[in-house]
Amino acid sequence: MSESKEHVIPFRTYALIFAALLALTFTTYRVALINLGPLNVVVAIVIACTKAVLVVLFFMHAAYAPRRTRLVILAGIFWMLLLLGLTLADYLTRSLPYTSQ
Amino acid sequence: MERTGALFRHFRDLDQQRETATLGMWVFLLTEIMFFGGLFLTYTVYRWKYPHAFAEGSRELDVVKGGWNTAVLIASSFTMALAVRAAQMKKRKLLCILLAATMILGGVFLGIKYLEYAQKFEHHLVPGPSFHFEGPDAPQVQIFFSLYFAMTGMHALHMIIGEGLMLTLLIFSWRGKYTAGYYAPVENGGLYWHFVDIVWIFLFPLLYLIDLHR
Repeated sequence: MSESKEHVIPFRTYALIFAALLALTFTTYRVALINLGPLNVVVAIVIACTKAVLVVLFFMHAAYAPRRTRLVILAGIFWMLLLLGLTLADYLTRSLPYTSQ
Repeated sequence: MERTGALFRHFRDLDQQRETATLGMWVFLLTEIMFFGGLFLTYTVYRWKYPHAFAEGSRELDVVKGGWNTAVLIASSFTMALAVRAAQMKKRKLLCILLAATMILGGVFLGIKYLEYAQKFEHHLVPGPSFHFEGPDAPQVQIFFSLYFAMTGMHALHMIIGEGLMLTLLIFSWRGKYTAGYYAPVENGGLYWHFVDIVWIFLFPLLYLIDLHR
């Protein structure tokens, strides 16, 4: 049996990610208290996505996973974006001005 | 199944075995992404349609409880990640303690969620015949609460299933099953737990933080 390529992530890394996740949670709450107009939603989504990426990369070990596994993860995100993107392309444009002959 | 040490016979080596288990779990999680994706999509469409009613509904939610729950769930993901690390390092006791800690934090989350739901029942905000909301937007606010209960309810159901998984992992870990080199179930249980955490990471800002700035 060959030597295992298994990667044990140091405690420090996990602790740093944990601290970052808590800090981002606090940030998203504080930013929500300020009126930024339509930017409030954008900031909330960007922070949520950042947290999700940190969890996937480190807690879920995607940063250390083989390329095959990472491809499957990206495919999942891609299909979800198709679901959201194509459906919203319909709903969000229904109220646009429409000129008929 | 026959195996030599931690290695099942149909795999070439431990790396291949571990990668196969992880890949299979991710394929399952993709179906979960699409499942919750549908709920998030429905939410987006209705929020686009009724922005005022959704802001009014959101203001009825308890941001403090939701915020604490976010922190609790992130902490449970942290202990879960450390549990997988303990299994990798073959530390049985540490693994059991961390799995138990994850279960307890998950229980705290569900407890706070129970208090929130109870509050909604008291305030007549549960969709159905007893729903009551002052103002012209009441029917649309009811849509917000239908989505609130559907999304947080499905999330809570996943948490309850996760608690069952943790208990199973804890029992087998106690017997030393996952600290002899084979720990794929711990790793996969962890992937599931973190996924459920990610769903909440999106639910919290979308449901609770919509209209705080007013």
